Amino acid sequence: MEPQKEIVLHGIPASPGIVFGKAYVFAKQAPRVEEKSIIENEVALELERLQHAVDRSEKELQKVLQLTEQKIGSQKAKIFEAQIMILADAVLFGSIRKRIQKDLKCAEFAVHREISKYQQLMMNSSDEYMRERAHDVEDVKNRIIRNIQQEKLISRFEPNSIVISEILTPADTVLFSRNEVLAYATDMGGVTSHAALLSRSLNIPSVVGLKEITKQAQIGDAIIVDGYTGNVIIHPSAETIERCSERKKEHELFDAQLKEIREFTAQTTDGKIVYLSCNIEFSEEAGNVHAQGSSGVGLYRTEGLFLRTENYPSEEEQYTEYRAVVEKSHPHKVIMRTLDIGGDKVVSSSASEENPFLGWRGIRVLLDMPEVFLTQLRAMLRASAHGEVWIMLPMISGIKEIRQSKEFLEKAKKELRDKNIPFDENIKIGAMIEVPSAAILAGEIAQEVDFLSIGTNDLIQYLLAVDRGNEVVSSLYQEFHPAVIKTIQNIINEAHRAGKPVSMCGEMAGDPVALLLLLGLGLDEFSMTPHVLPEIKKIIRSVSFAEAEEIARHVLDMKTEDDIKDFLRVNLQSMVPELLME
Amino acid sequence: MIDKVVTIMNRAGLHTRPAAALVKLAAQFQSEFFIYKDGFEINGKSIIGVMTLAAEQGSTLQLKFDGSDEAQAAQAIVGLFDRGFDEM
Repeated sequence: MEPQKEIVLHGIPASPGIVFGKAYVFAKQAPRVEEKSIIENEVALELERLQHAVDRSEKELQKVLQLTEQKIGSQKAKIFEAQIMILADAVLFGSIRKRIQKDLKCAEFAVHREISKYQQLMMNSSDEYMRERAHDVEDVKNRIIRNIQQEKLISRFEPNSIVISEILTPADTVLFSRNEVLAYATDMGGVTSHAALLSRSLNIPSVVGLKEITKQAQIGDAIIVDGYTGNVIIHPSAETIERCSERKKEHELFDAQLKEIREFTAQTTDGKIVYLSCNIEFSEEAGNVHAQGSSGVGLYRTEGLFLRTENYPSEEEQYTEYRAVVEKSHPHKVIMRTLDIGGDKVVSSSASEENPFLGWRGIRVLLDMPEVFLTQLRAMLRASAHGEVWIMLPMISGIKEIRQSKEFLEKAKKELRDKNIPFDENIKIGAMIEVPSAAILAGEIAQEVDFLSIGTNDLIQYLLAVDRGNEVVSSLYQEFHPAVIKTIQNIINEAHRAGKPVSMCGEMAGDPVALLLLLGLGLDEFSMTPHVLPEIKKIIRSVSFAEAEEIARHVLDMKTEDDIKDFLRVNLQSMVPELLME
Repeated sequence: MIDKVVTIMNRAGLHTRPAAALVKLAAQFQSEFFIYKDGFEINGKSIIGVMTLAAEQGSTLQLKFDGSDEAQAAQAIVGLFDRGFDEM
């Protein structure tokens, strides 16, 4: 057979590593349903899958219903109630099961065929209300089919697969990772999307924004994913494989060098010490804190726990998880961020907002849901009895939210005190600075809290009015925009004026190019995805603080991102020539 | 087998809540329960089916009950229609 022509696609590198494997193409949107027949002894499994998918759909809808009721009101929530009732329709599912058992059709086809009949009737109605109901029926149908397919997909997974998809939700990313996926390559998505962050923390190489990889790649194709450059090569030639293997070796060699400095302090050549810490999402990752030689956890995202369970996790569940993180990180501190759900992070919510990034998220959700907030605060406080915990509030936009949150914290403390449950009475509380209004009020906010942490991903997005996940405008998302740099400078200066430390937990804190600038601006703590930490430490140990300050001063006078980036790159390369720059 | 004709009394018609109430009530009986409207036959124990009827205020439906407890089923369900699903 003639070898197939090599295809090279360029995307955005989202998680590093070079991987060789076989493609598994997963069509996420608008489930396609084929009329597939099954054989007699597959019937039982097919029925079981149907049941699982229905159960799962029900749990998803219950969660959406709950969210909708709390936020939008019970009127709108009725839609989901109706969808849940459909899932319990014995007549409907009787006929679906009959199609599987008697006609020997696959579950998704049976669901599609039976529900579509009703959908068609509703669509033909002259009544507006009825046509609306047809959309609900469509939703519930797609949800069941998607859940059946997801389960089949996972059960069909071969080891060493590279998952190729239009887009991945955070939930998918985690789900697939349990099946030893080698790498991800997607049509859409930006480098700072939550799925990209997750794949990095799971050490799974990934490339996003490939635009048409789902069209180019077929199931079973040989594929190379290069998470350093963002290249994905389908049907690689012998020479390409050779070249990529070489590069893989170079990277592994450099990584080995980095391991040697693991136990050393992050100290510049002229003696300035900074803190390098890890961003983590799962308690299992807390092991990285020591493995990568960091000084603690600078951002522990608690959403993972909430996304994995169907309902809100109990205080006990949260406490167990938080305590594990604290104990694994000991003797270093853990900065725990309270639930930052919303935006692109809401699991399977159909209760969509027009503008989720400007909507109900972060601290706004928590202040609206006192029980959820108090439960989480109590769990965090209890964890603080086992090691140093700082609490960080996301999406703060003004002083009032901080004061309200502190009242909740006091209430949570009192509840524990009344029950004689131990916790750290002097637990520190800080604000994440990611909304422009909070950046402007950094000085005032710093007086209200114990520390500030700059969340660059959202700050940049809000400051520049660019949706980082929208590939049409994602090139306007500029970490080195002069306005971003001046804003960061202001936050650091104002925090220091109030005598409070300031950390950064956005992607920028782990970007080697940004390092000299941030160091020179006086940032105290850099919190980053664990795998980049050794490299950042190497850079810190190779440069002087005085030089970094000089570089920062110079950058503050520069006018465009391109100039700034070039300037920082050139300086970095001359100061740390052994870095592997792509 | 029992045949009955009913008229939708409440203003909103046979929308989601009444449809749910109807299906729940029908499930309490052994008898089969079918609804006929404009030439369509719908199983009255199926929420998705009842939703499909799009029965607005004033429309008439033919109900058919068949089974051991058909009399009780007919009485209870016709009663629910007559009370306008308790929405009046």
